[in-house]
Amino acid sequence: MSVQGWTFLIVGITFALYIGIAIWSRAGSTKEFYVAGGGVPPIANGMATAADWMSAASFISMAGLISFAGYDGSVYLMGWTGGYVLLALLLAPYLRKFGKFTVPDFVGDRYYSHTARLVAVVCAIFVSFTYVAGQMRGVGVVFSRFLEVDINLGVGIGMLLVFFYAVLGGMKGITYTQVAQYVVLIFAYMVPAIFISMMLTGHFFPQLGFGATLVDDNGGASVYLLDKLNQLHTELGFAEYTSGAKSKLDVFFITAALMVGTAGLPHVIVRFYTVPRVKDARVSAGWALVFIGILYTTAPAVAAFARTNLIQTVNETPYASAGGEKSIPEWFKKWENTDLIAWVDKNGDGKVQYRGGVPFDGKPAFTADRGPAGQRMLSNAPSANANELYIDRDIMVLANPEIARLPAWIIALVAAGALAAALSTAAGLLLVVSTSISHDLLKRTLMPDITEKRELMAARFAAAAAVILAGYFGINPPGFVAQVVAFAFGLAAASFFPAIMLGIFSKRANREGVVTGMVVGIAFTMAYIIYFKFMGGTPAQYWLGISPEGIGTVGMLLNFAVAVTISRFTPPPPEEISHMVENIRIPKGAGSASSH
Amino acid sequence: MNNDHRVAYWKENLRYLLILLTIWFLVSYGAGILFVEQLNAIKLGGFPLGFWFAQQGSIYVFIALIFVYVWLMNKLDQKYDVHED
Repeated sequence: MSVQGWTFLIVGITFALYIGIAIWSRAGSTKEFYVAGGGVPPIANGMATAADWMSAASFISMAGLISFAGYDGSVYLMGWTGGYVLLALLLAPYLRKFGKFTVPDFVGDRYYSHTARLVAVVCAIFVSFTYVAGQMRGVGVVFSRFLEVDINLGVGIGMLLVFFYAVLGGMKGITYTQVAQYVVLIFAYMVPAIFISMMLTGHFFPQLGFGATLVDDNGGASVYLLDKLNQLHTELGFAEYTSGAKSKLDVFFITAALMVGTAGLPHVIVRFYTVPRVKDARVSAGWALVFIGILYTTAPAVAAFARTNLIQTVNETPYASAGGEKSIPEWFKKWENTDLIAWVDKNGDGKVQYRGGVPFDGKPAFTADRGPAGQRMLSNAPSANANELYIDRDIMVLANPEIARLPAWIIALVAAGALAAALSTAAGLLLVVSTSISHDLLKRTLMPDITEKRELMAARFAAAAAVILAGYFGINPPGFVAQVVAFAFGLAAASFFPAIMLGIFSKRANREGVVTGMVVGIAFTMAYIIYFKFMGGTPAQYWLGISPEGIGTVGMLLNFAVAVTISRFTPPPPEEISHMVENIRIPKGAGSASSH
Repeated sequence: MNNDHRVAYWKENLRYLLILLTIWFLVSYGAGILFVEQLNAIKLGGFPLGFWFAQQGSIYVFIALIFVYVWLMNKLDQKYDVHED
């Protein structure tokens, strides 16, 4: 069976499974819609959190990013896992004890203020929306690449599916489909990784193969994979793989922004409202990190394998196949046809030279012509260096099974896994958006007398509207979405994390301090990002060399400083807030999450 | 429950947090970023040690930290009789 046949089969089966689960777990009340009834077992919640958390970016792009960045890619690995320690130790158990439905619920009640609630609602909707548009785009890309349907039709199919189980099932439907999606995505990620690890190093576990010696066909002295990679990098004029090129301070700040941002993302926090007890909230954060860690410890191994394979199969290889000689493999030409690989034969020897530096400025601009070896010609002016190869980083995970010549069903499995990752994250985010509107805005602010039945209806309408809007952005991506997604973390770090943490750990933190802190933190972070990304600021002007990716850390520190200082000079919170804080610090007496 | 009891429970909790978060900081920001070059001089199989902490080790330690925290807190909840039924 062909790759495409396998893909239709496997993707079809997984989609049928998700729909089946959605019908079985329909939500009947607002409580089921917002927090899955509050009765999800901790291990299941851990799995759902992992699927919710690992997006199309984690599945498709992360290993590719690391593959090209080497040590510098560590910021994503540490940043996107270390946040769970903060979440488990500082936030999750207390928010569970507090026992409401949403993050703005906590902020509004703890700081006895509708302004605080509204600021939190706006931050939650903004953070979630920038994130979700990227997911729908990811769905479209996978559909068009593997099923060869139009990218817009792909987004449409993804919208329909998410619409079906998010609108129908709410949090309950989403939770149980996410459990299934986790299983699909982790299987799809691990199978090719294990195959490639076995082929390159003879180790079953990619985590071990990563630090092992290469299988040597010639019977020569065995050499460690990472040593070989460093040696190749040095020879070809790249920075050494295991040492970075970024400044230490920047790496530090980016890691911190990603960690704290992770702990402040509303769609992750809300998952801890779904378990029965405080105890379960703690341990389910642990399970979530176990399930996330399986993928996150495999990704850097995949990155190193793919990098080695890529350099060895492509560099100094003739493009045109000429009688029995080794030539460029089929996958290279296939991805070249999708504009993601380009080759300029600068020295005219017909062979691909892969070296440090960019082959030309910007994205490849293909002309209709073919060169002497059959390659696609470009209108970009070649750069002065010897590098002839352009590769888009996003193809590494998707092309990896082909590069390693794995069977067709594995390639199809990767497509299904990427779809599972994108859909599960999109659904979780859309739920936050719809809950923010129906619960935080309507029920808690504008129409407190709304009946439960009508609130549930409003939640479904809001979910439906959010799906359609997200789909629209997936089909017509505004240029800034892709760039903004990466900054959602910085914004979450600079707004939510200090507000929630102070709310639990400081009885003195009051309305005036925390609202000002949130506004200052998010405004500063946004201004810095906008200046450097959209208004032509140059890296030379970075404050202390901190890039916009890492500035959320500074925003967070600023938020803390402002909130603590202003709280000190303004009246303390009322007596009942003090009691509330004392109460959330003690696990005893946690009922299930409620709206009252 | 009287107030001293609450305060004592909270203090012990904060002490655990301080210890666990110090380890969290040391394995990631310490070993993986600030002292990465020095540690890279040591080899763990084919891994330079600092690089291993940044891309593998820190994640394993994070997972362990959460489960240690869960275990410590369950014991603490029992000790102060603030656990759920």
